[in-house]
Amino acid sequence: MACYLTTGKHFGFYWSFVTVLVLLAVTAPTALLFGFGGASAARSQFPPLRWFGTIYISIVRGVPDIAFFLFFVIALDQGFEFLRHQYLCPDWTDRIWQGNDFVVCSAAKLPLGSAPQWVHEVYGFFLAVLTFAIVFGAFAANVLHGAMQAVPRGQIETAEAYGMTRRQAFWHVLVPQMWIYALPGLSNLWMLLIKATPLLFLLGVEDIVYWARELGGTKQARFSDYPHGDWRLWYFLALLVFYLAFTRLSEVVLSRLTRRLSHGQATIGATA
Amino acid sequence: MKKLILTFAALALGAGLAHAGSHSVIRMGTEGAYPPWNFLNDAGEVDGFERELGDELCRRAELTCEWVTNDWDSIIPNLVSGNYDTIIAGMSITAERDQVIDFTQNYSQPDPSAYLAMSDDIDVEGAVLAAQTNTIQAAFIAEMGWTLVEFATPEETIAAVKGGEADAVLADKSYLTPIEAEDADLVFLARSELIGGGVGMGIRESDTELKEKFNMAIQSMKDDGSLNALIEKWEIGEPF
Repeated sequence: MACYLTTGKHFGFYWSFVTVLVLLAVTAPTALLFGFGGASAARSQFPPLRWFGTIYISIVRGVPDIAFFLFFVIALDQGFEFLRHQYLCPDWTDRIWQGNDFVVCSAAKLPLGSAPQWVHEVYGFFLAVLTFAIVFGAFAANVLHGAMQAVPRGQIETAEAYGMTRRQAFWHVLVPQMWIYALPGLSNLWMLLIKATPLLFLLGVEDIVYWARELGGTKQARFSDYPHGDWRLWYFLALLVFYLAFTRLSEVVLSRLTRRLSHGQATIGATA
Repeated sequence: MKKLILTFAALALGAGLAHAGSHSVIRMGTEGAYPPWNFLNDAGEVDGFERELGDELCRRAELTCEWVTNDWDSIIPNLVSGNYDTIIAGMSITAERDQVIDFTQNYSQPDPSAYLAMSDDIDVEGAVLAAQTNTIQAAFIAEMGWTLVEFATPEETIAAVKGGEADAVLADKSYLTPIEAEDADLVFLARSELIGGGVGMGIRESDTELKEKFNMAIQSMKDDGSLNALIEKWEIGEPF
């Protein structure tokens, strides 16, 4: 048993937990940043910026995640390579799109074809973070936009009456107060993000669900020292426990955060 | 956000300039879930008929090769967009796939596709048949107008039969044989189908030079009988 649980494959499985946790730790703040940018853009006074914010929010929210992960990422990757190609190989004469193929000079490949496998994995991880951030950023932007609207108008008026500029009122009055309105929506998003990580495998990042499926699958004696039947149920059960424990932990932390943020908060109808 | 992109672009360009090398490593894309063709061994490395074959072909063609695994569903899109350079994943040569990518010459004989079921008295024409998505078997069942349920991985097609979701699974006989041998509940149906034109390596249409190299290496393995030895060792089907 101990031998079985310490095969190289199982270490791949354990390592994928780290990958997923790191991904969440990096993606959540990045997505929040994208969301904040999108929400601020959507309420900007400057029309093109406002259009950009609104279009970003509505388009990304309307496209299914799986389509985004299958096609957008390939397009993003090709976009980077295209830019590098233009810069690094100016005297390239062949066409870049040859039928179905996307061919750039080998110096423009990202990562380079000669790069070791871990570079490819880190790059895939980076693409995953960026894509998750764009997708969840759009949802976060919508939540934050709503939260900004929910701060009582009187608060801003008072700030203006004190002679604050728009910018000051935004940063010192609106932003500190909007979090409590945003938190329920954001905590929902966080829970969804935790569960969205299996999409990682579409990007070639081997996540926990991939390994659970691979390890649990039937193994014949010819191909493995540890033949067994279909054990996927047990592996998925382990994942279930992991996800439940993780979401429970998140709930506890988020409810503490809510209590903290509602301290001294001006809400409509409440005597803060 | 703009700054972020610019920073990234600068980093990426810098990294590229630092070691702008040649196309020296060939990345071999496989599925890693289709024994005996390709699978992950206990150590988590790609193993199987195609691992041994691929390593030998690379040695003969004097290429440095590296193995990567990719989901079957997106294995062709990732090849054409350049994430790896070959597909070596038990992929049968078909006219439909040939429109999108190129194939080397075949390194296995056309393998009959067999039906595996819980009992041997199933009439396939009225049965619910399982097959893996985007395979010649799935295309065949759909073309015949029979009832098809598709699954993303080969493992799931077997589980569907054992769980009663499907009456039989249609797949390469070489894949089903070891499963049938070790599972007393499963039996082959008498009927089998001859579909597909043998298995070859998938290569981008623009990569003619690489295709030629592998074609020559496969030919040399056919000529000296080492390919037949591998086919026999892994029980892939008929030798050449």
